[in-house]
Amino acid sequence: MTLKEISCGKTVTVRKLEGEGAVKRRIMDMGLTKGVSVTVRKVAPLGDPIEITVRGYELSVRKEDAEKIIVE
Amino acid sequence: MPLRIALAGNPNSGKTTLFNELTGSTQYVGNWPGVTVEKKEGRLKGYKKDIMVVDLPGVYSLSPYTMEEVIARDYLLQEKPEVIINIVDASNLERNLYLTTQLQELGIPMVVALNMMDIVEKRGDVIDSEALSKRLGCPVAPISAARAKGLDELVNKAVSMKPSDLPAVSGFSDSIEKALDQICDVIKHEDGLGAYGLRWLAVKLFERDQDLKGKVTISDGAVNRIEAIIDKAESDLDDDAESLITNERYLVVADLLKDAYKKTSREKLSASDKIDRVLTNRWLALPIFFLIMWGVYTVAIQTVGDWTIGWVEELIAWVSGGVEGLLVSWGTSDWLVSLVVNGILGGIGSVLVFVPQLMILYFFISILEDCGYMARVAFIMDRIFRKFGLSGKSFIPMLIGTGCSVPGVTASRTIENDNDRRMTIMLTPFIPCGAKLPVFAMFVALIFRDATWVGPSMYLIGMIMVILSGIVLKRTRLFRGKPAPFVMELPNYKMPRLKGVAIHMWEKGKSFIIKAGTIIFAACAVIWFLQSFSPSFAYLEPEQIDKSILAAIGSLLAPIFVPLGFGNWAASVATLTGFVAKELVVSTFSLVSAHTTITFTPYSAYAYMVFILLAAPCFAAIGAIRREMGSWKWTGIALGYQTGVAYVLAAIVNLVGSLLFPNAEPIQLTGSLEEASEGAITSAAILQNPMIYVLGAVLLAVLFIGVFSRFKKVNPARSQA
Repeated sequence: MTLKEISCGKTVTVRKLEGEGAVKRRIMDMGLTKGVSVTVRKVAPLGDPIEITVRGYELSVRKEDAEKIIVE
Repeated sequence: MPLRIALAGNPNSGKTTLFNELTGSTQYVGNWPGVTVEKKEGRLKGYKKDIMVVDLPGVYSLSPYTMEEVIARDYLLQEKPEVIINIVDASNLERNLYLTTQLQELGIPMVVALNMMDIVEKRGDVIDSEALSKRLGCPVAPISAARAKGLDELVNKAVSMKPSDLPAVSGFSDSIEKALDQICDVIKHEDGLGAYGLRWLAVKLFERDQDLKGKVTISDGAVNRIEAIIDKAESDLDDDAESLITNERYLVVADLLKDAYKKTSREKLSASDKIDRVLTNRWLALPIFFLIMWGVYTVAIQTVGDWTIGWVEELIAWVSGGVEGLLVSWGTSDWLVSLVVNGILGGIGSVLVFVPQLMILYFFISILEDCGYMARVAFIMDRIFRKFGLSGKSFIPMLIGTGCSVPGVTASRTIENDNDRRMTIMLTPFIPCGAKLPVFAMFVALIFRDATWVGPSMYLIGMIMVILSGIVLKRTRLFRGKPAPFVMELPNYKMPRLKGVAIHMWEKGKSFIIKAGTIIFAACAVIWFLQSFSPSFAYLEPEQIDKSILAAIGSLLAPIFVPLGFGNWAASVATLTGFVAKELVVSTFSLVSAHTTITFTPYSAYAYMVFILLAAPCFAAIGAIRREMGSWKWTGIALGYQTGVAYVLAAIVNLVGSLLFPNAEPIQLTGSLEEASEGAITSAAILQNPMIYVLGAVLLAVLFIGVFSRFKKVNPARSQA
């Protein structure tokens, strides 16, 4: 499953990150690393991006980037 | 050599507040060499000795990928400040300490400032700063930057650091440490390493850091051996080396927190969460957003902002009147009076007139930023604007631009991404500003017989050109850029600090006067000169504009405008004076029409309006563009693009018009043009409130996207394909 498919209010664990280079590093720099638990908080009024809680703070992620985050 | 303290920390960690507290009024804002990122420096308050504080760009990491990160990194590694103060948001400790683990490796004495402890205490959590200090191997000072608490102790600790007081280096897991040790062994005897520390180099080499390549030279043999070490680690641990290190750092942080952080509270909604529930609610978010925008627009542009412009204009008129009277009573010659009154005072006036409005606008923007709503603006609007290569935050510059492009362009400051910001600066002047209205109104009244569709059509064309340009330019090499994910922190809501807002406002006003003001002033003075003198340098009265150098230049330029349908000198002169301020187009036509016949067909008039709408804006806006782009090259690209689009579109209008209406009669501009223009504006033949159009356009887009995404949901198979 990818983070994009998770519905609001659910908490999941990051398994793997796809992509490479700047894109992957930036997502990881923000704390989305292997094993971290992520809660999907809400979807923006226009359906994209989504808001998640990770490592105790709120982060906005576009769905196209959320698709690269494999969770379970 | 003065002692230099570098302030490093995450965005939203209170770094700027701390910097303001530490340096007070001694700070000055420049640019980092070669880039547009602001560099703030100041002297440490309360110290006789010269101690400089440098505010580094807010960064989450020292990766080589964003401009801010490279700037912060280069400064720390190459300038080697004597001390780093690492400001850490205690209420968001985990992610903030991630940067700390990277700063530890730089080999520079460091003090950690633990900010926002009050929020942590309010939550009921406990941070053991002693334990944290022990683990990090450097002093930790709890502070509250916003309340100016704990700062003396922090500063004392920072200035008493000795060069040998290096922080501890957090160790990674055994397999990674082994690989790093091996790399250290390989490079130990290399010569081309520069002044970098061995540990830092080993980590960066392991990460295959691109930015390092040009900065150190390592023999080919060593490079191969390092590559073999990395390959082995990657295959053993099943991930790429860069991700391995990032993972390790967060593990180190988690381990640190086990000792130092006692979490007692849980899963209770904080006040910030409750506010956010309302402000980004699926149904309420957009109405609230528009309400806030409406409020900002009304105050900053329509009411208070507009009044201040009136006041400044009155003030300047009063001063000019006084000076003129004085000079005339001394028997000064006409041209000198005109030089002082119209050339110099007029030029200063056209700079100052915007300053109060800009400061009011910045008052609101600072509040929106400081309280945390600006990030939500991007969150709410992202979906619409990113389709046009813009940022969600581009909404604000465009909206403000309907009043005036100068504050509009300046408002683009809040957009972090360089491409998005440049594109916003470039396209904001397409939105018709208040000063273009009189020009449109004049043509509506005299050529179009008060047809009601003409005025709104200008707004429509402006917005369509923004959208089309965004879509097209996004694909060009200029704007394509590196792929970057849009991951944005949504900071906690906070009460904005009035002091910070005031400093911000003052900075904006000052920097506009200095950076944009000089350009505006010089350009206005040149136009005054060209308009007031004949080619043989004889002084001319305003009514003799037809004999001026400007008229001569106009005649030279006129052939260029033939394809657009207005190839006469009067139209080109009016275009030139329009650079001083767009409303001057009307008064120039009015001056010229007194003794020359000016005619327009409806379609050449429409082409002229399109040209005025889209071509390079007035000098004040050009100055603002230069100031925000930070480079003449980009300013040139923006102005060239705007004028090019204007030219092509106006030519198309003229061509299509002449084909559709071959028998259209030229109409003469006669009578009092200014009165006609004002009449059309007040009789509402032209729109009263451009805000309605902007909101209308956005609502349409919202509706479209809403319906489209519903449609997608019903047809999952379709969206898959």
